[in-house]
Amino acid sequence: MEPLEIAEKIKEKFPDEVVEVTSFRDQVSVIVKKHKIIKICRYLHDDANLYFDYLADLCGADHLNKKEPRFEVVYHLYSMRHRHRIRLKAQVPEDDPRIDTVTSIWAGANWHERECHDLFGIVFRGHPDLRRVLLPEDWEGYPLRKDYPVKGPEKEWSGFQEVLDKAKQFKEFGWKG
Amino acid sequence: MGLADIHDPPLVEIEEGTKILPPNLILTTVNKVVNWSRLSSLWPMTFGLACCAIEMMTAGSSHYDLDRLGIIFRASPRQSDCLIVAGTITKKIAPVVRRVYDQMPEPRYVIAMGSCACTGGIFNTYSTVQGADLFLPVDVYIPGCPPRPEAFIEGLVKLQEKIRREQYRWSYWR
Repeated sequence: MEPLEIAEKIKEKFPDEVVEVTSFRDQVSVIVKKHKIIKICRYLHDDANLYFDYLADLCGADHLNKKEPRFEVVYHLYSMRHRHRIRLKAQVPEDDPRIDTVTSIWAGANWHERECHDLFGIVFRGHPDLRRVLLPEDWEGYPLRKDYPVKGPEKEWSGFQEVLDKAKQFKEFGWKG
Repeated sequence: MGLADIHDPPLVEIEEGTKILPPNLILTTVNKVVNWSRLSSLWPMTFGLACCAIEMMTAGSSHYDLDRLGIIFRASPRQSDCLIVAGTITKKIAPVVRRVYDQMPEPRYVIAMGSCACTGGIFNTYSTVQGADLFLPVDVYIPGCPPRPEAFIEGLVKLQEKIRREQYRWSYWR
């Protein structure tokens, strides 16, 4: 099925949820509201003509000072049976950065959602194990947000500060040649 | 061998500070022997962090052959005497690198391999340590992204030269 046809089908099925359909170089994105994301994904997954059985990627996006609402969660879907693709973008506002998890539909979304939570601070409701996946567990802040300083905050992460202190302390025992 | 030869043995100086008495007696300093034995069997800890580790492994392969320098990778910090920091050090892995170094027995050496281990490289970001020398006493820096195996071997030879020049590191010093 052509991507634009898929977008039309989603629009027909969920007329109130679809905000916009954009197309760039034959890649179609469907921008949706976040409230019925599970229902939309379930429909895309289960419908025999769509059958999106593979979640190729799940990531976040931050549109600080460029778009409202600020965040997006992006779902890249692929159907192995029909060999077609679609991209879903769910809008997530800054004051309530929560969205339902899709792990019940694609189990592989587990770590993707953890990564998105780790780097953007988006909370996935109903996620079985929502911990940080890349950064240390006691890290402060969400580095892929646009207002996060590139070189990190002034205060060094406590784990690395410990290493620096230890190195300083052990220096006197080293060989001075 | 006559009596005169014993009191005035025919010592032959083969290099500065090393004399041999044929057939099988060698006179030299402890410094020289210790340094020579250390540099001739340098056992690096296998510790790859990023893409530089691929070049490090290549240098160990038969094509480049580190064994000819007496360098054999050792998978235990307790039995190795050289830590090769090959690749980007993230702040999350830094405590582990430091622990591996602390587990190594003296004498121990550190080689920072690649731009990332030397200075942080292109990753001037929140998650990357800006150079291994922030928390490790680095002996040799090998620049490159990644350095070719030839450059890496050059770095190891530089470390061997450094060990050759050491004085009294075998004595009680702390």
